[in-house]
Amino acid sequence: MKSPASHPIESLLREHAPRVLGAILRRFRDFGASEDAVQEALLAAAMQWPVGGVPENPRAWLIQVASRRITDQVRAEAARRHREELVVSMVPPELQLVLPVMGDESMGRDDTLALLFMCCHPALTTSSAIALTLRAVGGLTTAEIARAFLVPEATMAQRISRAKQSIHASGVPFQKPTPEETAARLGAVLHVLYLIFNEGYTATSGPQVLRTDLSGEAIRLTRMLHTLLPEDGEVAGLLALMLLTDARRAARTGPLGELIPLDAQERGRWDAAMIAEGVALISATLSKGSLGLYQVQAAIAAVHDEAVRAEDTDWPQILALYGVLMGLTDNPMVALNHAIATAMVHGPRTGLTLLDVLHQSGRLDGSHRLDAVRAHLLERAGEPAKAVVHYRKAAERTTSQPERDYLLLQAARLSEGMGA
Amino acid sequence: MKYMLMMNHAGQGPYAMMSWPQEDIRAHIAFMVSFAKKLSSTGELLAAEGLAGPDQARLVKAGADGKPITDGVFPESKEFLVGYWMVEVDSPERAHAIAAEASTAPGLGGKPMNMNIEVRQVMSGPPPEFL
Repeated sequence: MKSPASHPIESLLREHAPRVLGAILRRFRDFGASEDAVQEALLAAAMQWPVGGVPENPRAWLIQVASRRITDQVRAEAARRHREELVVSMVPPELQLVLPVMGDESMGRDDTLALLFMCCHPALTTSSAIALTLRAVGGLTTAEIARAFLVPEATMAQRISRAKQSIHASGVPFQKPTPEETAARLGAVLHVLYLIFNEGYTATSGPQVLRTDLSGEAIRLTRMLHTLLPEDGEVAGLLALMLLTDARRAARTGPLGELIPLDAQERGRWDAAMIAEGVALISATLSKGSLGLYQVQAAIAAVHDEAVRAEDTDWPQILALYGVLMGLTDNPMVALNHAIATAMVHGPRTGLTLLDVLHQSGRLDGSHRLDAVRAHLLERAGEPAKAVVHYRKAAERTTSQPERDYLLLQAARLSEGMGA
Repeated sequence: MKYMLMMNHAGQGPYAMMSWPQEDIRAHIAFMVSFAKKLSSTGELLAAEGLAGPDQARLVKAGADGKPITDGVFPESKEFLVGYWMVEVDSPERAHAIAAEASTAPGLGGKPMNMNIEVRQVMSGPPPEFL
């Protein structure tokens, strides 16, 4: 995936992909076959347009080519099975298709929404939903998605084809979700978009530098969803959270891909335009009195991003926001972050007391995070020897290589400071 | 031809790197990152992964009912797989040369570790006459 500016045709194609698929689906019903046909049309356009120029109505072109592909396929299939049945209709199949009115914007919007809901259907596993969303709604090729997730192309193709089978088996009709369905299933859609963003954001070094920009794609799709559902607070909240997090990308890793924690990041390298957009978005959303998990997390990210220096961070406000978040979810990771904010406001000892409570609840058993936070607070409380023990314990338990390296370096730094 | 190069850690217990000074850890990481970059720029690198430590390892076998029986603590073993590279090269000599370079990764005090790298050829698909 390259930046839209350097590849206008590519981004134009991806822009049209969900609506073209929507138009094809409405006519042919078969999700699997429609999706394949649209992929072929996108590929044909990617090869022909740079040479022959972009057609006057790109979407109509794509719909026509995809329709032709799927008709050819249906006809070949039919010919193979029952040659004689073809004469039933004297009208060639491609002429039975009347191209939709191109000015019908609302139809295109509804289609995109319906597609997102279909791809994030609860019948699918998360990894399938992610792959299908990127292909059917994002317009990425299977090869691109496979590269982004570091799996062989054949594996990704299989994942996508199984996802399509599940959708077929589930019998969900392709139609605009009702307001009730939107309310009930939007959470799953947002979760899939959030996971796509995270997958891109947490990739850091080593062979991963080859990864395509999944975070950028997640932001693009969430932005599209926000245009479709501008009144939804959580959609706006998720978009703001992504922008406010991605704004720190350049500053969060060093030259070797090593992690740099928030308080040590060079804030001049943060993306000011992205921060401004995210802050404006979350402020407008919160002023409407709406509240949800993504919105509160975006608000917390905004407070961090607005501090010019780490020591300017408004920790009392962050602590208050974590209090709100704890009222919305009983996720122990939120409780852990609440303990960190508490330590920043009331001192490391108070934070450590909260960690003891969390530890006793057993809800974070086996998580290296508890050790990592404990190490950090012990260090701040002036107990380097104990901090080293917990930094190392966390390093042994984490399954993230950059994080392992970071924790090891913290332990090494502290033990050198003690003269050990 | 494809080869798997395996980096082993002697004995059980935590990785040796756990107790190195910062400078040595940094040098080791820098070596590994540039080694991976170099291999991928020559088009030879297929995959490279580090594996989580012994603390995370489990031995699993199926019980009589087919359900997994896991060994909570990793049992005694002389060597422990730390990470691997998969490379595609033109000759076994080239695979050996890559392994030798990996072996020189800096350790404590920045000195080359000269650790053992196990080189195993990855078996290929059936020869053309069988297809």
